Amino acid sequence: MDAIILQILNGLDKGGAYALIALGLTLVFGTLGVVNFAHGALFMLGAFCAVTFNKLLTIEKVTVDPTQLTPWGTAAEIKTPLVEAWLGEFGKVLVNYSVPVSIILAIPVMLIIGIVMERGLIRHFYKRPHADQILVTFGLAIVLQEIVKHFYGANPIPQAAPAPFAGTAQVGMLLGLGDAIPYPWWRLVYLGFSLAIILAVFAFLQFTTYGMVVRAGMRDRETVGLLGIDIERRFTVVFGIASVVAGLAGVMYTPILPPDYHMGMDFLVLSFVVVVVGGMGSLGGAVAAGFMLGILQSFASMNEIKSLIPGIDQIIIYLVAVIILLTMPRGLMGRRGVMEE
Amino acid sequence: MLGNLSKNDWILVIGFSAVVLLAPILFQPIGAAYPAILEKFCIFGLFAIGFNILFGLTGYLSFGHAAFLGVGSYAAVWSFKLLSMNVLPAIVLSMVFAGVFALVIGFVSLRRSGIYFSILTLAFAQMSYNMAYSVLTPLTNGETGLQLSLKDPRVIDSLFVTAGDGLPRTSLFGVGISGGGLPGFYFTAVVLIIGFYVALRIFRSPFGLMLKAIKSNQNRMRYTGFNTRPYLMAAFVISGVYAGLAGSLMAAVDPLAGPDRMQWTASGEVVLMTILGGVGTLVGPVIGAAVIKYFENIFSAFNENALANIFSFLPQGLRDGVVKISSLFVGEGWSLTLGLVFMAIVIFLPGGIMEGIRLIVSRFKKRGNGNKSAVNGQAQPAE
Repeated sequence: MDAIILQILNGLDKGGAYALIALGLTLVFGTLGVVNFAHGALFMLGAFCAVTFNKLLTIEKVTVDPTQLTPWGTAAEIKTPLVEAWLGEFGKVLVNYSVPVSIILAIPVMLIIGIVMERGLIRHFYKRPHADQILVTFGLAIVLQEIVKHFYGANPIPQAAPAPFAGTAQVGMLLGLGDAIPYPWWRLVYLGFSLAIILAVFAFLQFTTYGMVVRAGMRDRETVGLLGIDIERRFTVVFGIASVVAGLAGVMYTPILPPDYHMGMDFLVLSFVVVVVGGMGSLGGAVAAGFMLGILQSFASMNEIKSLIPGIDQIIIYLVAVIILLTMPRGLMGRRGVMEE
Repeated sequence: MLGNLSKNDWILVIGFSAVVLLAPILFQPIGAAYPAILEKFCIFGLFAIGFNILFGLTGYLSFGHAAFLGVGSYAAVWSFKLLSMNVLPAIVLSMVFAGVFALVIGFVSLRRSGIYFSILTLAFAQMSYNMAYSVLTPLTNGETGLQLSLKDPRVIDSLFVTAGDGLPRTSLFGVGISGGGLPGFYFTAVVLIIGFYVALRIFRSPFGLMLKAIKSNQNRMRYTGFNTRPYLMAAFVISGVYAGLAGSLMAAVDPLAGPDRMQWTASGEVVLMTILGGVGTLVGPVIGAAVIKYFENIFSAFNENALANIFSFLPQGLRDGVVKISSLFVGEGWSLTLGLVFMAIVIFLPGGIMEGIRLIVSRFKKRGNGNKSAVNGQAQPAE
């Protein structure tokens, strides 16, 4: 029982990341009809927003303190982050919470990146075949990740979770099961965060007039255009939102997985599988499939199952995708008529 | 045999063979005349030709073609380990394995088309890559890669010769192939020419026409009561066999195989080569492969010192700036250049280099004799 709950929890946080990336992918696909291979790069850029913010916060000022001596007998150099020097205690808290706080930086940055990408490149590819869209966004993904590699190097850069969340939570106690199920706090935070973002996106689409127009445009963009609404502009904003969602998923994932330049591509392949399993263009499908595949993957990596079918943890997601595509061509929740051939 | 090839096609084959065979002399001026890089040109050219049979003719964009290359490499190295250091059994074996593998993957993937096909092939390739890394370690030797060792049985070889000291070289009936000599290059070159000739025959055959028809309108083909699946299947398997052949050559000139060859970046690379050269053209993919491998070789070798030498004619301040900026694109940053070039090609010249050449030629013709040129409509833009 404990093991099962633990595996479900393990799957949920990874599933949260898959769901967030897949949500953006399928949102872009449903509105703009574009298959965006650079979406993983947006996730990666988000993660590097957190890295950059942390670097900015920890720029240090070196002061020489003649009263303290190093073992070599010279005056000790004391390094204090500038933020601490300026803001005192609050600065310390800020450095500690640099990952969640960098969301504030990431939102505008990712929004701008997304809108520039759509306006500058992707809008010229609406009328071109899907193969061309795949190819040009694939090229863009390479360019983005190489630029990041140039500035940040090829090694993963670990980011610390804020101190209060750094330990492990005794989930078993919370559930009243008595037996301890140790689980990192930050992963719980990530799970909650991803659920909140998913809810926010759904609420935006479901309960605002803007979202209603976007949904109408997904159904039939021509009619919406004929009603005198500038649907292209709305879709650009949707692309920006998808970019922000991917970026935030990246920001919050940094304490779980130290970001490196190719993390985007690693997640992209899986997220595509998630989108396809959920059904191209279906938002609910993407979220459901994201969590489902995340949980399946963590179950497959249990030792009991691995000893039964060796290596299943490596291929389970792809296997499920193949089976689903063959038996349910539209995916779990695909709409009729969207990209069937 | 001479059947349905026109005079122009024969000129093409002969010209192509001449260029390939004379490459050690022709490529002297650009500094790419040594066997190691020429072998790369040939191997990746072959890979791209095979990919083009699928993508260029049917329009099905496979994002997992490197899986076949990897399977071919592993099969070839196993053949070197178990059977013989002769390259012929290795080649046959890896073509068979890659073909069977393509049959299985094609059976599943070809049920869908468009973006789904791309994602399915990508998923299969990642699956093979992950398995080569983990479960199949007894077969693939995991991360280290499969290598020859002194304890290999080599059943056939041991019948004829006693094993010497050290690791043997791969050979073709006594002529050494691995180790970067000219015989190795000529071997790959001959295989490339044969592969090119077969591709040409496929392009000109009724089968090739069927594939082109599937590309231009699959639905219409189906409405006429035509089952497209077997044709697609055949194209997929043929291009998989080409990839397996390329993989075996890779193992023949350098007998080891690692899972990296199956990674999706490798699949992306062959797409790049084909697009750069020109999708659906015959020579394009080979040119694309050669151009990419050539510039990869040159650009990766640059570093800041070399750049500073090149720009030494500039004044100090300006030079530092120029060196800083251009160092972004060379050495480690070669992939960045590749990505940018690739984007530029897809955006501005979807037909690749061949399309560019055609445009230039037709412009010259137009200048020469009035309005006769526009009928040159043989090459069509990609997809």
